[in-house]
Amino acid sequence: MPERARKIPIRCEVNGQPVALEAYPMARLLDVLREELALTGTKEGCGEGECGACAVEMDGALVNSCLVPALHAEGTKIRTIEGVANGDCLHTVQQAFITHGGSQCGICTPGMILAAVNLLARHPRPTAAQIREGLAGNLCRCTGYIKIFESVVEACRISERAE
Amino acid sequence: METRIIGKSVPRKEGREKVTGRARYVDDITFPGMLHGVTVRGQAPRARIGAIHFEGDIPWNEFTIVTAKDIPGKNGIALLIEDQPCLAAGFVNHPEEAIVLLAHHDKYLLEEARRAVRVELDPLPPIFTMEESLARKQVIWGSDNIFKSFLVEKGNVDAAWLTADYVIEGTFETGAQEQLYIEPQGMIARASAQDGVTVWGSLQCPYYVHKALTILFGLPKDRIRVVQTETGGGFGGKEEYPSMIAAHAALLAWKSGKPVKIIYDRAEDMAATTKRHPSRTHHRTAVTRDGKLLAMEIDFTIDGGAYETLSPVVLSRGTIHAAGPYNCPNVRIRSRAVATNAPPHGAFRGFGAPQSVFALERHLDRVAKAIGLSPEELRRRNFIQEGQTLAVSQVVREKVDVARLMDRAFELSGYHAKRKLFDAQNRDSSIRKGIGFASFLHGAGFTGSGEEYLASEVAAEATRDGQVRILAASTEMGQGTNTIFSQIAAETLALNPDQIEIVQPDTGNVPNSGPTVASRTSMIVGKLVESAAREIQQKLIQSSLLQPGYSPMEFAEAARQFIERSGPLNSFIKYQHPRDLHWDDERYRGDAYGAYAWAVYVAEVSVDMRTAEARIEDFVAVQEVGKVINPVLAAGQIEGGVAQGIGFALYENIVWQEGRMANGQMTNYIMPTSMDLPPIRVFFEEIPYGGGPAGAKGIGELPLDGTAPAIANAIAHATGADITRIPITPEILLEMLEAVHA
Repeated sequence: MPERARKIPIRCEVNGQPVALEAYPMARLLDVLREELALTGTKEGCGEGECGACAVEMDGALVNSCLVPALHAEGTKIRTIEGVANGDCLHTVQQAFITHGGSQCGICTPGMILAAVNLLARHPRPTAAQIREGLAGNLCRCTGYIKIFESVVEACRISERAE
Repeated sequence: METRIIGKSVPRKEGREKVTGRARYVDDITFPGMLHGVTVRGQAPRARIGAIHFEGDIPWNEFTIVTAKDIPGKNGIALLIEDQPCLAAGFVNHPEEAIVLLAHHDKYLLEEARRAVRVELDPLPPIFTMEESLARKQVIWGSDNIFKSFLVEKGNVDAAWLTADYVIEGTFETGAQEQLYIEPQGMIARASAQDGVTVWGSLQCPYYVHKALTILFGLPKDRIRVVQTETGGGFGGKEEYPSMIAAHAALLAWKSGKPVKIIYDRAEDMAATTKRHPSRTHHRTAVTRDGKLLAMEIDFTIDGGAYETLSPVVLSRGTIHAAGPYNCPNVRIRSRAVATNAPPHGAFRGFGAPQSVFALERHLDRVAKAIGLSPEELRRRNFIQEGQTLAVSQVVREKVDVARLMDRAFELSGYHAKRKLFDAQNRDSSIRKGIGFASFLHGAGFTGSGEEYLASEVAAEATRDGQVRILAASTEMGQGTNTIFSQIAAETLALNPDQIEIVQPDTGNVPNSGPTVASRTSMIVGKLVESAAREIQQKLIQSSLLQPGYSPMEFAEAARQFIERSGPLNSFIKYQHPRDLHWDDERYRGDAYGAYAWAVYVAEVSVDMRTAEARIEDFVAVQEVGKVINPVLAAGQIEGGVAQGIGFALYENIVWQEGRMANGQMTNYIMPTSMDLPPIRVFFEEIPYGGGPAGAKGIGELPLDGTAPAIANAIAHATGADITRIPITPEILLEMLEAVHA
């Protein structure tokens, strides 16, 4: 039987909750989230950091969780799609994706929404070019991105109205 | 017709689950005691299979191991025929053929084990190109390597060559294209002699998988159950191959007695599953001096890969669409699908039409140039009109005005002014601009008598609390089936869309409404949904429990009373083929489709002459698709289709090495990102079609047909290159530019 690495204890915060778990140090954060924590909203599209379906926020930065070793999660704050809505109250970006057709098959949607939320945290009123660039790491095969851009613009509009 | 819900952008029915990450895709589901499964492939294009060795430091006794001899029924994946083995026995005919299946609870160990299986393969000479196949360099399928051929004849082509002012020829090629849905394929199976076989997975056509498993296991139909899980895109790629993965998972589950999950990673998905058929088309066209088409002779060949699968049907659609929306008195189309030692090519949105439409629309620009007419004037003089006949001798009986679509597309894109402006500016610029277009049609539903044979069924049932459940096997894979069906039923029943439940496709529960393909779901199945809803309503009105003009609450009360008095309130509708549609399968002529969508697309490009890189600057898509049921979803279909068409035209290049895809990764197979796409501006004309629900026609595949030729024509305009191949990567464009200067 091949020799295996040993699991290590990891403590971090996921969607506002403290988490203590054991994982192989080089396990992918994606697998830890999906398999150990049952947070299956984070998707695997390519496993090599190209498609962004597995995007999560780690200490406020957008990362592809398929490229992050579990040991890097130690001491960090992680937000997944499950932590975007406030209970039953959807985030403005989520709401806009529903009304403006930003989600079709839905498999890129969790990563795309995290990318959009992350973009709006950095640029509350993004230009069209900033939206394109902010979402450039997330591939969508269904929409041609047009309705995703429109959803992000609509989310800004909702937020401005609320201010 | 005044509508309340149809024509409105009702939000996506399962939208909330998708934006919160709660939607359950196949890989999100686990069962207690579940094993993982992997596939060992031969990786030789053509070989005799020898001994199989299980090597390495692997505890093989812990593994479930399946080979062809473990198949209880017939070793073939049933589709049109059963020529494709589920597990190769004796021979492999392409590099991705499955030979051994392994299952274990530890997926890390499983991957190590997969690499430790060694299959002895004694190579046989393979063939990789359509030319080698046609020349029968080796015969690898049947007696002549030909899966299917068609001959379409209208008028007398041979007499036209002599009287024509011009005869213009050209040869065009399109490459394979990967569907690249973002959710890779996967299946979970439970199977035992006692309980039969159940599979859950990402798929388009539950009853295709059902049929394949029935034959593979030799079990009665009611012992097989197929359930569709949330499906992360399909585009044709999950039409046929899911039967293979379901078969593999089910065989492992059958032998191990445990649930087995198989999820392909991206590399395996790209390499092993189907792609768009590569094609080669030769055109020979006779025209008069003033631009009237006299004769079109079209020779169309597609590469089917190693097994027949869906190639005859893809070939059929490509053949029928090859002569476009034009009135030409004499047409001959010869076509064939040939065998090579590559994985079988299969369904991809457009289904043969994008290949033949690319050739035609590119060729017509060249014809116009040769006779000194503008591309638009040549087409304008030949557009099909109501009462005229298409190449397959179908008389067009719907209102059609392609010239009007063209005028509108030109106005919206500023075509004429830009064409002139770019011509003037290009001479002194290293960035050259161009504008081009394509005019085309796309038939909705199965071809010819296909819908009659399918005989699709839909059921509806009302509940005591006034909800109406729609039961159909048509799947939601992002295109909007759930939302469209609920709009159609709600409109018919004068209810709200949230009072309609779309039941999860499960062959144990829903009737067979046919495969979710061929732009048929809204138009054909939607019409059955409309009828099923109407029958529920009529039962309540006829029983005097309900009066026209009722409120949703009155409906609920009436449904409750009906169910208490008379039992279930339900309906069952079977497709009736329109009596005025006739198709002759022998001569391949007649009413190929009940309705066509018509379109003109305009692309504006810029080409950097130093790097030969092309960029799309603007894209206008004008189409007539009957009544638009949901404007946001419909525009989303066109925008997404145009984006895939842009990939087909410019970026998506499959590199083949000995029958294998050498660039099966998202890092080196390039699909458009948010940085690559222009504004895609979508416009609909609506001429209601009597055969569709509320007048709707099919829409899903249409945008793949015209996008690539519009772009190719724009690049030809910008650079003067004679574009005859896609994808137009910088390398290929450089080659074509050098040919101009040579």
